Amino acid sequence: MSTTDPYGHGASTAAGTSPEAVPHNPATHVGPGSEADPAAPAPADDDAARWRAALHRVFAGGWAVSVGAVLLAVLAGSIMIAFTDEGVQSASSYFFARPLDTLQAVGSAVGSAYAALFRGAVYNYRADDLATAIRPLTSSLNFATPLIAAGLGVAVAFRAGLFNIGGQGQILAAAAGAGWVGFAADLPVVVHVVLAMVAGVLAGAVWAGIAGVLKAYTGAHEVIVTIMLNYIAFYGISYLLATPGLLQAPGSANPKTPAMQDTAILPRLLGERFTLHAGFLVAVAAVVVVWWLLNRSTLGFGFRAVGENPAAARVAGIDVRRTTVVAMLVAGALVGIAGATQVLGTVTTGFSYDIDAGIGFDAITVALLGRSTPWGVLAAAVLFGAFKAGGSTMQASENIPIEIVLVVQSLIVLFIAAPPLVRAVLRLPQPQARPRRGARTRKAAA
Amino acid sequence: MTALAPSPQPAAVAGARDVTVVSRKAVVASAVITALLALLVALAPHSGSTSFRFSSETDLFRIPDVAVPGQATAWVCVVLAALVTAAMELSVRRGRRVPLVLSAVLALLLIVGFLAWAGAGSDRDFPVVRLVGGSVLLAVPIVFGALGGVIGERAGVVNIAIEGQLLAGAFSAAVVGSLTDSPWAGLVAAVLAGALVALVLGLFTITYKVDQVIVGVVLNVLVIGLTSFLYSQVLVPSADRLNSTSRFTPVAIPLLSEIPVVGPALFRQSVVVYLMYLAVPAVWFALYRTRWGLRLRAVGEHPKAADTVGIKVQRTRYRAVLVAGGVVGLGGAFYTVVSVSSFGKEMTAGAGFIALAAVIFGKWDPVRAALAALLFGAASNLEGALSIVGAPVPSQFMLMLPYVVTVLAVAGLVGRSRGPAAAGQPYVKE
Amino acid sequence: MKLELRGITKRFGALVANDHIDLRVEPGEIHCLLGENGAGKSTLMNVLYGLYTADEGEILLDGAVQRFTGPGDAMAAGIGMVHQHFMLIPVFTVAENVMLGHEQTRVGGRLDLDAARTRVREIADRFGFHVDPDALVGDLPVGVQQRVEIIKALSRDARVLVFDEPTAVLTPQETDELMAVMRRLKEGGAAIVFITHKLREVREVADRITVVRRGRVVGEASPTSTDAELAALMVGRAVELTVPKGPPQPTPNALEVQGLEVTDPTGAVVVDDVSFTVHGGEVLVVAGVQGNGQTELAEALVGLRTTSGGSVRLDGTELLGRSVRQVLDAGVGIVPEDRTHDGLVGAFSVAENLVLDRTDGAPFARGGVLQLGLRDRFAREKVEEFDIRTQGIDTPVGRLSGGNQQKVVLARELSRDLRLLVASQPTRGVDVGSIEFIHRRIVETRDAGVPVVVVSTELDEAVALGDRILVMYRGRVVGIVPASTSRDVLGLMMAGIPQTEADAA
Repeated sequence: MSTTDPYGHGASTAAGTSPEAVPHNPATHVGPGSEADPAAPAPADDDAARWRAALHRVFAGGWAVSVGAVLLAVLAGSIMIAFTDEGVQSASSYFFARPLDTLQAVGSAVGSAYAALFRGAVYNYRADDLATAIRPLTSSLNFATPLIAAGLGVAVAFRAGLFNIGGQGQILAAAAGAGWVGFAADLPVVVHVVLAMVAGVLAGAVWAGIAGVLKAYTGAHEVIVTIMLNYIAFYGISYLLATPGLLQAPGSANPKTPAMQDTAILPRLLGERFTLHAGFLVAVAAVVVVWWLLNRSTLGFGFRAVGENPAAARVAGIDVRRTTVVAMLVAGALVGIAGATQVLGTVTTGFSYDIDAGIGFDAITVALLGRSTPWGVLAAAVLFGAFKAGGSTMQASENIPIEIVLVVQSLIVLFIAAPPLVRAVLRLPQPQARPRRGARTRKAAA
Repeated sequence: MTALAPSPQPAAVAGARDVTVVSRKAVVASAVITALLALLVALAPHSGSTSFRFSSETDLFRIPDVAVPGQATAWVCVVLAALVTAAMELSVRRGRRVPLVLSAVLALLLIVGFLAWAGAGSDRDFPVVRLVGGSVLLAVPIVFGALGGVIGERAGVVNIAIEGQLLAGAFSAAVVGSLTDSPWAGLVAAVLAGALVALVLGLFTITYKVDQVIVGVVLNVLVIGLTSFLYSQVLVPSADRLNSTSRFTPVAIPLLSEIPVVGPALFRQSVVVYLMYLAVPAVWFALYRTRWGLRLRAVGEHPKAADTVGIKVQRTRYRAVLVAGGVVGLGGAFYTVVSVSSFGKEMTAGAGFIALAAVIFGKWDPVRAALAALLFGAASNLEGALSIVGAPVPSQFMLMLPYVVTVLAVAGLVGRSRGPAAAGQPYVKE
Repeated sequence: MKLELRGITKRFGALVANDHIDLRVEPGEIHCLLGENGAGKSTLMNVLYGLYTADEGEILLDGAVQRFTGPGDAMAAGIGMVHQHFMLIPVFTVAENVMLGHEQTRVGGRLDLDAARTRVREIADRFGFHVDPDALVGDLPVGVQQRVEIIKALSRDARVLVFDEPTAVLTPQETDELMAVMRRLKEGGAAIVFITHKLREVREVADRITVVRRGRVVGEASPTSTDAELAALMVGRAVELTVPKGPPQPTPNALEVQGLEVTDPTGAVVVDDVSFTVHGGEVLVVAGVQGNGQTELAEALVGLRTTSGGSVRLDGTELLGRSVRQVLDAGVGIVPEDRTHDGLVGAFSVAENLVLDRTDGAPFARGGVLQLGLRDRFAREKVEEFDIRTQGIDTPVGRLSGGNQQKVVLARELSRDLRLLVASQPTRGVDVGSIEFIHRRIVETRDAGVPVVVVSTELDEAVALGDRILVMYRGRVVGIVPASTSRDVLGLMMAGIPQTEADAA
């Protein structure tokens, strides 16, 4: 696994970073096709072997670990729910007298919690009509919208070897940009909402671009810079929100903006009864665009080359500094979509400095769970969106604090980041090959 | 193995070159900041006088309040700061590093000058004792956090999870302190909780070799989630039993506490603050003067070299990370057994990240990092002071200061920062 | 102390790095372990030193079987090692480096630095080393750093000393001094293992020679063997050290370098007033001991390093001040010194690596869109043409052997319209078969009328490949001589002695 070097001086340790982990002795290297297998297996065996190999790939590879990580984390969440449930606690006081009571209490606590999660995230089977019943699903997608966009922002940066922890700051900057255009400008329909989106995207790009420029031209590590920029953005927005004439709603002493104008609000997709807005379509479109960008465009090729090996990219004539800046701009723009859709679609009545609502950090977990691929990010974001939607219902109907979602989410990422751990716990086969060199980090290019 | 490595470049040479370079950037930065203050004073002159109150009611020797003409005092400070900057330039020209004491004096001059300007014409005075004491108090968790950060990074483990460790410490101190009705028990619990988070950090980064930054970031979220969940689910329903600790009360140290200004500010504090005074030199001594520290730094600079002389790299890193976690946990206890007596959701409010900033700004040195933490504590405290005198500086900008300074520091605009060479890299022993 | 290795076998997955190796080293003997890069010498020594655990076999010291769980055990048993990549911590002082791992402490757990200083001085005096115990290791020249490594080993009373490729970074003079130190150690009764692939050194200092090839001991040789005999043992067949090539047919087009100067970030001048001309149809080899500015020179030529003076003209056009992209576009082919670090993206496929520096425009990209079909066709062609052994064009290039990786780099660079080729260490860490292939392609490029600059630290390669040889020492050109110059003269030139004096000597 490659490493992160948060202060950009990895290049100064020549011996510590000897690139060859396993000696490849050319003498014993058997090139495929250079020698025929002396005992070729019979066709039937061949099929079975191929099937076994495929199965092994599935379980040793990413997806089994991802699913296993989710299962393990949900299990841990269940344990937390069970241990803190009052019914379980009172039943366990006489556990040795009637152990079944405790187990029953555990079952009912966990069962009703997940039933609530399902009702809140997917389908409310208690609802009277279909529209109400499927509302949770649309609400999940609504929660997923900013996670998709911000997750893509983190993922694109990952692929270019940059760790974008600055989602919070970029969302705040984008919200300020989009929000200001949204409530202050007087523009015709369509034009207004488009311009407001563009303003948000640009603001996010600029805020991330600062980290890109500092990384490229001074070597300042983007992890530290983006963390600090989060706080700078937070206090900056706080100032703007507390200052009349800037972002603060006129005639109010609260740190809150005015409501968005009607012309600036993203239209709702399924009518007024459902909160799902056009931002979702923008986010899904972004998934396609990012896929194309990374896999089919020269720009994306440059991102990936710099992310995997900046030194070789430089020798191949790729401008590493420029690529770093552009990657952060693109990443910030994507996170900016999240900030803009939040204020123009989800919270249209005016926002405050808490508009980020943890999305910036959730985006990191989304990108990791999605393995920094666009479609993976989409899936991970929908899953976490469902957790968020269901978590609210769990809190409302079962009194389980919504923070359990944070716990489950962070456990998922921890497990995913350590595949050997998940394999050991779930007894999946350990892979023979070396761990795939993740695109998430790189050695400093100095 | 070694024969297969493609380029037999001497390991030592490349890294070492940084050591001998004397950077002029500190001087440039000092000059710029001094000039900025001069500009501020020149462009927005304040008339009237600024008064500083030096004594509190209980002092043995009372120093009279001092009222100075604000604008003139500010100018004097600017001139003195310019002189200090010139002295820095001289020492750089002689090929020496800028002495730490010059930087400290400069910071003090700039703060006094700024206060004199900001408070000019106000009818309220600056309570100097409270300002200094408050800065120290606000800095306590940051100092412990920074010390833990320094220990971890010196051993090669980047600790982004300082925030999580502080929070875990605060939470455990509150619960255990409430259950036992003893702040001391709370303190011990906080140390253990910090170490526990560190153990998880170690498990993933050292044993499983997961990227240190990722684990740190995720651990923060995990601890926030866990403590907030338990807070709502467990602490709130039985707050009396689980979330109301007894606190440490301030203890005046005989003699020392009678020193004018400094005494009441620094030596009428609680035991945790005194622990902090001890911790800074203790960590310095441990890192630079003991076998443990030598090996720890070796592991953080060049783990393979340490391995070849028989040092167990992973074990050394685990120990360092656990000690670091305990130190940070101690800082977390500050929130619930010194500051207030109950735990609240996310009550550390980013202090862990300021501590991280202090580690970098303090160049991975325990003393410098602690001083940086003090500076950042003072910046947060100034916000309160300025609002007392009604100064025309928005509080948000004071709160923003530590982060801006850190961005400038990592960008190399305030002296070059070079961390331990192997920080962030898992040690793979083939 | 007598060292004996019996049947040592070490596997890395499917690869057998050491295959039942036996070795016996008597006290007061210098025993050479000779083998090519990648023959398994260093793996064997890492087993001996406790860094690796052998899969089979045993280590005996004075007849007693040893079990090493780590280097600590090996050191305690009296084994010391001078590592090829120095195992020193640059930001520590000499004394701190020497004491690390077996520190003495005083009351209160304080490190006893005085004791360490005394120890350093004592050992340094014994061998006539001039080493300041309080100097930062990072500030010391490479040769002195190596002495610190030796002091480190001796300070633990090592009686078996392993020198792992110790001369790679030394000048011939420093090498001679090292040999003298080794002889003195031998007289003191130490058992010395000297790992190298340089034949001259072997014959000069060895008492016995064991030759290793492909992880096996292939035989013993006496120090009186000829170079050709030793070389044949080492590579397994009579090696043709010459590359078949005709006399150069210079063309008027040329690379002209005038007064080139490169300053490194610390202000040291690493390339100092270098001037030379290479015509089309000619190979100029830049020779010298590693670290005398050749790397920086090559990087400066292709725009990878900023220069502080001089000019580099290709067919009359100035190259300095251009970006790498522009230099590539001017028709310069770059084979970087360290292919895994600078030449290839290990996680990318063979196909992607074959177009790594060609995705900025036609034909492999149009309007910012990659032309994947064209790329794959091109990749299949090149895999065929350059005999790149790979499972397919989608295989990550990191899975290929060193030689095949180098062929990918070469295929990429040679398939552009070149007007200059700059190849640094083109055959380092490459198997013999690939070396011949690579040399042949470089000569073909020359014969096509392209000026070729090859940087090599291997004298054999310089003599075999070059039409002329430029020798560098401490950033300066010692001289430019015909490839027919005698090796002795070239060796002296690599130590900084001008040809006229070298001829006289």
